[in-house]
Amino acid sequence: MSQIHVSTTINGDATEYLCEADETLLDVLRDRLGMTGTKEGCGTGDCGACSVTVNGRLVCSCLVLGAEAEGQEVATIEGVADGETLHPLQKKFLEHAALQCGVCTPGFLVAAKSLLERNSDPSEEEVRYWLAGNLCRCTGYDKIIRAVLDTAQEMRSA
Amino acid sequence: MRYEAPRTLDQAVELLSAESGLARVLAGGTDLLVQLRSERIEPDLIVDIKRIDGMSAITAERGGFRVGAAVSGAALGEHEGVTALWPGVVEAANLIGSTQIQGRATMVGNLCNASPAADAVPALIAAGAQVAIAGPNGRREIAVESMVLSPGKNALEKGEIVESLYLPARPERSGDAYLRFIPRTEMDIAVVSAGVSLTLDEGGRITAARVGLGAVAPRPLLVEAAANAIVGTNLDEAALDALAAAASAACDPIDDKRGTIEYRIDVAGVLAKRAAKIAQTRAGGSR
Amino acid sequence: MPLDQQIDQDEKDFRIVGQRPLRPDGIDKVTGRARFGADMNAPGMLVGRVLRSPHAHARIRSIDTSKAMALAGVKAVVTRDDFGPVDESLLDVMVNCMAQDKALYDGHAVAAVAATSASVARKALRLIEVDYEVLPHVTDVDEAMALDAPALYENAADESVPAGMSKNVVRRYEFGHGDVETGFAAAEVVFEQSFKTEATHQGYIEPHACLATLGPDGQGDLWVCTQGHFAVRNVCAALLGMDVSHLRVTSSEIGGGFGGKTTVFIEPVALALSRKANRPVKMTMSREEVFRASGPTSSTSMDVKIGMNSDGRITAAHAELRYQGGAFVGSPVEFGAMSAFAAYDLEHVKTVGWDVVTNRPKQAAYRAPGAPMAAFAVESVIDELCKHFDLDPMEVRLKNAASDGSTAAYGPAFGKIGLIATLEAAKNHPHYSAPLGPNQGRGVACGFWFNFGGQTCVSLNIQEDGTVALSVGTPDIGGSRASMGQMAAEELGIPYEKVRTIVADTASLGYNDISEGSRVTFSSGMATIQAARDAIEKLCGRAAQMWGIDEDAVIWEDGCAKPAGENAGKFEPMSLAEIAAVAANTGGPIAGHTEINADGAGQSFATHLVDSEVDPETGRVQILRYTVFQDAGKAIHPSYVEGQFQGGAVQGIGWALNEEYIYGEDGRLQNAGFLDYRIPVASDLPMIDAVIVEVPNPGHPYGVRGVGETSIVPPLAAIANSVSAAAGVRLTHLPMSPPRIRKAIKAGS
Repeated sequence: MSQIHVSTTINGDATEYLCEADETLLDVLRDRLGMTGTKEGCGTGDCGACSVTVNGRLVCSCLVLGAEAEGQEVATIEGVADGETLHPLQKKFLEHAALQCGVCTPGFLVAAKSLLERNSDPSEEEVRYWLAGNLCRCTGYDKIIRAVLDTAQEMRSA
Repeated sequence: MRYEAPRTLDQAVELLSAESGLARVLAGGTDLLVQLRSERIEPDLIVDIKRIDGMSAITAERGGFRVGAAVSGAALGEHEGVTALWPGVVEAANLIGSTQIQGRATMVGNLCNASPAADAVPALIAAGAQVAIAGPNGRREIAVESMVLSPGKNALEKGEIVESLYLPARPERSGDAYLRFIPRTEMDIAVVSAGVSLTLDEGGRITAARVGLGAVAPRPLLVEAAANAIVGTNLDEAALDALAAAASAACDPIDDKRGTIEYRIDVAGVLAKRAAKIAQTRAGGSR
Repeated sequence: MPLDQQIDQDEKDFRIVGQRPLRPDGIDKVTGRARFGADMNAPGMLVGRVLRSPHAHARIRSIDTSKAMALAGVKAVVTRDDFGPVDESLLDVMVNCMAQDKALYDGHAVAAVAATSASVARKALRLIEVDYEVLPHVTDVDEAMALDAPALYENAADESVPAGMSKNVVRRYEFGHGDVETGFAAAEVVFEQSFKTEATHQGYIEPHACLATLGPDGQGDLWVCTQGHFAVRNVCAALLGMDVSHLRVTSSEIGGGFGGKTTVFIEPVALALSRKANRPVKMTMSREEVFRASGPTSSTSMDVKIGMNSDGRITAAHAELRYQGGAFVGSPVEFGAMSAFAAYDLEHVKTVGWDVVTNRPKQAAYRAPGAPMAAFAVESVIDELCKHFDLDPMEVRLKNAASDGSTAAYGPAFGKIGLIATLEAAKNHPHYSAPLGPNQGRGVACGFWFNFGGQTCVSLNIQEDGTVALSVGTPDIGGSRASMGQMAAEELGIPYEKVRTIVADTASLGYNDISEGSRVTFSSGMATIQAARDAIEKLCGRAAQMWGIDEDAVIWEDGCAKPAGENAGKFEPMSLAEIAAVAANTGGPIAGHTEINADGAGQSFATHLVDSEVDPETGRVQILRYTVFQDAGKAIHPSYVEGQFQGGAVQGIGWALNEEYIYGEDGRLQNAGFLDYRIPVASDLPMIDAVIVEVPNPGHPYGVRGVGETSIVPPLAAIANSVSAAAGVRLTHLPMSPPRIRKAIKAGS
């Protein structure tokens, strides 16, 4: 089986890789590129732990083929902080103790960032529905929702 | 398995026609990749249609809209024109999965996957949508309710591909709505669903209606008896009861992990009533 | 300062404990750097995959692996022939990791391969030929107890089980005191009801994963997401015939466990493959495998009978509990029987528990194992009696509540406990008197959990720059590294930021029990405090040495050694950092150590309050408001205590409303994925209000009680009481899925 050569951009960096036709973007990120911040919780698009954006659109990377990333802009959890500086969402997740085990956290942060880029003043209900595809089993979501709402408020007043 | 991303529809049709093994079209991939992972299917060829010109476009046409096969739920939801004309169709498409799924899933994929519980389909049936198909023998159009034959089986012939869906123009004082029942608020497959589209006269009387039901039979249903139950009425209680009874009577569901026969029959009537009331309100009517 | 000196908890003015500092592993977890089970790789690593039985019950006549072995890229295949014999005590664990003569459930491991890629491994699995003789199966607990049920074993019952029962009934437990018949005779009303609950899964988001390396020299390394790496080490070493010290296990970051990661599944298999292939082997479960073949909790069938007088006093209580724990002995029915009536001070009480085997995966602990189901049945019956007598459910619970010195239904007398404090807090909370609308109902329920202590070791190293490295042996499953750091900093009198807490590997500390039983903050916290006091003693000694005075004449205050008594004021106090800086000259490195078997974990109680609304036409439930009142003893890091309360409540909401294992007639699991195993999503829920009640535990230096498990005990009952009130009909079968509620409403009207 010959592999597919893909040229893409990940977190702003030009990246090339080879992948099998049936390999997902999640597999490529984790196993070929060593970017293990993106997690696999289900492999079927039901948990959101593998959330990334492709051309600014929030998706589950387990439901994208690696080959589809050709010429696209992919953004992952590894690109959420600006160098040493945490994104406001990352800070608020820490302050609010919005993570316990932390395995869903990268997906939540990528998804929440995508929300705030579209809607700077979401209601609690809007946050809850936007994040309904991100499963968390530890927190009961309470502190996550509060962290997102608090971030939105802080970013608006900044 | 081979992966191809042709630039033209003709190339796509050619690839699909020429493949002797199992070929699958990849649009949003939200069903296909799940099937791949579970090893339910092992295609020899995957044809990604997203690089084909026009596949990701929504265009105004004859007072309605043509929605390309690769238009994601999110892109559809952001389109003001379609949302204004066919709010029920858009809300149905936007109920498919999470925000992440919406970033990829397409109405056409939802249709071609041929699940009896597909969210977009009852609303498309209620809307009277047309399916534009391209294939080795040229192009053809079929009514959306003819597309799903049985669970997992659609009406496409070898080498054929759905190019777009056409949502027609509609008279003034028209409205549509889609409701589905799921145990949670998100992330579930419909246990029962109902799409209703209707048009009112100046007096608020229903002059035309279409009712689609999902997850209550081997394929999504167009229920003419349910539509007939409300045409000519102002959606009074008697009409609503008749609608519910006709919707329930059309059901031929199964018992499964998502619901029981009895439950689906009951709730189909409830949802048809509730969806009709929303459609009526959207059409500018009042009860 | 004696190591066991207790603090008067009511008077202690904490400096850092009770604050909410950032967790030490936080930045790694918000940036994606934290490494979980599947995030580790090794040079030359192979991919391991498991072949699983498609049958619920089948004799394995033969397994032919020759074609798989012949496939290019396959480096090792293991089957039952590669395991055992083992000690009787580990036989079940081994059989569960790799089927022996029979496949006992859908998903039971039958063989495994290690190959150069996942796709080769997948192909190899299809080339393994297993000859099955399919046997009749049973998955329902009541059906398994029928005399004509298919039997999993010929002789698995012990002497506790009376003769003449189904062979699937393997243990009987009984607890209680007084004479229930006398008590029922004295009751104005006796109410009896039967209940069922379906099996649920812990639902941790991270599937099981490990990376195993075992070379021909017999030295092994295992990286694994687990709640207890010491236990994993001991079990794996025994299953592989290794010396315990030759296997080093490192616990990765763990993406949730809730009891489900307290045992082994793929770990011994990965080690066996690695030994055979002589290369590192990484194994990860798919989500489907997690559901089919890890350790969900029991499904149950229960009868509860309670007698009550019109003043609300319970005269007698009796529960008969039947729990299936999958294909092996050991359902948590004993805990269910012990905890069922623990919240109440009763004169006549009796509980009987039946442990039943079925063709389902071997159950593993799930947060307060066995207790939530029993509480659901008991609290539902109490609710019915309150309704019958038109009594306030909170008052009735207060009237019967266990308090300090009450004899628990399972035997011992309670020490200082906080149940009444939680009930009072709930009664006085605005939630309890808030108005309700149509189709809405309010439910109350209490819950209990034992809490455990156990074997615990801690090492606290004072570094030469005055910082502190704290090594604990209990995997951090909910922020415990933060609370350990707080306790160390509190005790040492240094800033929290100066302490770095890590979870050490199995070679670096003595044996630590698993992170379970709500024991971590209690036990590792106690060990941390003691290790800090050990270090302080040494720090004072070094200061004394430098000052040339008696060790006894030095005290530790505000992070400094100070001369005391007749020497007071003669020398400048020396800070921890100052003493550490010159440690090389005063005897070498300074450290504190603790090795204990912690005792005195105080029992834990909670009261939950929930409002729900039912759509009578569809049977759908919306949780409108939820408030948790739980005794934490002393909340070290209140945010993580609240997090435990909220997380437990929401897992309970899932269990009560929509989560269930659904088996088909063929004995196969129908919903092995997050699509149809429906855990709550963010949009299903309101905020979960958490009220921390603090009744200090006299058994802990700072008063800590474990908080992790009790929070899942009341929700099933509280929600059932709320939904039953909203629907106008008693719901007795969990989950209260829309079809079940709709059916109950139709039957009731």
